[in-house]
Amino acid sequence: MQRASEILAVRKPGRLSRMAAPARGNLPDSVWAALLTVLGLAVFAVAAVIVVELWRLSAPVLARTSLFSFISSSRWDVVRDVYGALPYIYGTLVTSFVALVLALPISVGLALFLTEMSPPRVRSIVSFPIALLAGIPSVVYGLWGLFVLVPLLRTTVEPWLADAFGFLPFFQGPPIGLGYLAAGVILAIMILPTITSLAIEVLRTVPLSLREAALALGATRWEAIRMAVLPYARAGILGATILGLGRALGETMAVTMLIGNSPTISASLFAPGYSLPAVIANEFAEASGQLHTGALAVLGLILFVVTLLLNVAARLLVRLSRRGPARVAA
Amino acid sequence: MSTRATRRAVNATMTVVCALGLIVALMPLASVLWLVISNGLRGLNLDFFVQLPTPVGEAGGGVGNAILGSLYIVGIASAIGVPLGVGAGVYLAERGGGRAGDVIRFTAEVLSGVPSIIVGIVAYGLVVVSMRRFSALAGGVALAVLMVPTLARSTEELVRLVPGALREASLALGVPEWRTSLRVVLRTALGGIMTAVLLSVARAAGETAPLLFTSLNNQYWNWRADQPTASLTVQIFNYAVSPYQDWHDKAWSAALVLLLLVGILSLLARFLARSRFGAQR
Repeated sequence: MQRASEILAVRKPGRLSRMAAPARGNLPDSVWAALLTVLGLAVFAVAAVIVVELWRLSAPVLARTSLFSFISSSRWDVVRDVYGALPYIYGTLVTSFVALVLALPISVGLALFLTEMSPPRVRSIVSFPIALLAGIPSVVYGLWGLFVLVPLLRTTVEPWLADAFGFLPFFQGPPIGLGYLAAGVILAIMILPTITSLAIEVLRTVPLSLREAALALGATRWEAIRMAVLPYARAGILGATILGLGRALGETMAVTMLIGNSPTISASLFAPGYSLPAVIANEFAEASGQLHTGALAVLGLILFVVTLLLNVAARLLVRLSRRGPARVAA
Repeated sequence: MSTRATRRAVNATMTVVCALGLIVALMPLASVLWLVISNGLRGLNLDFFVQLPTPVGEAGGGVGNAILGSLYIVGIASAIGVPLGVGAGVYLAERGGGRAGDVIRFTAEVLSGVPSIIVGIVAYGLVVVSMRRFSALAGGVALAVLMVPTLARSTEELVRLVPGALREASLALGVPEWRTSLRVVLRTALGGIMTAVLLSVARAAGETAPLLFTSLNNQYWNWRADQPTASLTVQIFNYAVSPYQDWHDKAWSAALVLLLLVGILSLLARFLARSRFGAQR
């Protein structure tokens, strides 16, 4: 996971880096400049390698079936080499949606509490456990989910949900524990630090004068937040949310361990399902033949393109919220 | 119309609701840490660190080969990823002023959001297919690809923290630019860069997904880079999803070892950051 400051900082380079351009004919300096440029291009090389390899591996499948029929079919038959991605796409979307619904209010509330309401000391104390939450490896979350979260869902949460909201199709069926809900909850826990720390960064860019103006007009603290702070920070918080979504879509291990690994489509959140990263994780090592590997690579390609677009959108949004009026006011 | 009293009540309620977010967020963390420590400690002894895994039902055994394998794979990843990532970061800070710099910067930002399992597929196509076998090298390449973008971004920021006056002074004394970069600018930023490197190594050590089909697994000790290699994270996964209580216990103990490894690296990074940059931050 990247720190929020890495994402947000878009400092322009100073004049010096230009002034220090190597004088003509100075050999060591030209070598140094060339070396640095090559290393800088390494980032490009990484990006290019990712695209080329994904394309190369998925080409055999894309040559046989159109992308549309691949996405819309829900038949995944390794023996007959028939591949359709729908259950995986569905499971990925459902679990990520559950994660966002759970994590977004909590992280924005937490970010508001830490930036607007609590004394600064609390923030400096809490920043460490939040970093810790982000630093725990996902396989450990999966382990915890398997032996703590799943039993809890099976014995307590799911029966209760079925009792209270059983008339909705989302909360019907036997409470198994493993399934969309378990995966969604663990994803929510995992993206919470991402959204929170980014939201804190965004809220910090809101000019103090806006808060002061609202408070001076007699608003309570919450009214100042609702009328002055949140409207200003909206684009940035949206960006933070999209980054969290991108993280949830691609998260592999915890979901693989909790989603139940059943290539079916169910309306009920209690039912087991499957997700794009999970099926790649489970089948890739044992994939037999070019087509099976290729089909899994196409799933990877879909995931790559979607997360790429989300990341571009999110970063543009966060940048946008950073620029604009913020700079004038500062 | 809302009266003053209701407005105050709303304010108080929302404050409490937001504060609840803090408790909700910290509960899973506390639970994870507590259970990993309490469940993990039970199976932890010297054998666990130095022995090979045993079959189900057989007492004893450990994850020595997986610990060694993790270190080995992360070592390969660092050997490839650190020079590339730090180098790219220095490029961005020193010569990334133009359009090319902007594009590379944005690419690095976007790449850091690519799911790690995708990188696993890429390393599979790149290394496993051409070598025709799973290997520690493939796992290392996958983790290296993950390290480069984040390391580039954080290195850039750290190099930019170096005061311009230092560079000016060095250039004014007639020191060539490459020496100024290496001996003055990088030397000053070194502590911070070490911190960033350690953090990215810690993150790489906790990765599972890109290793599943690159370095695969191995029941035995392995010293060769072209052979399948066990890793702590893959071992935890295999133990956790197995149906045996005995292996579940081992999964918790292995998770504790992993958290210790990642934690020590992160603490070291924090300690370095504080000792070098205490005055600046």
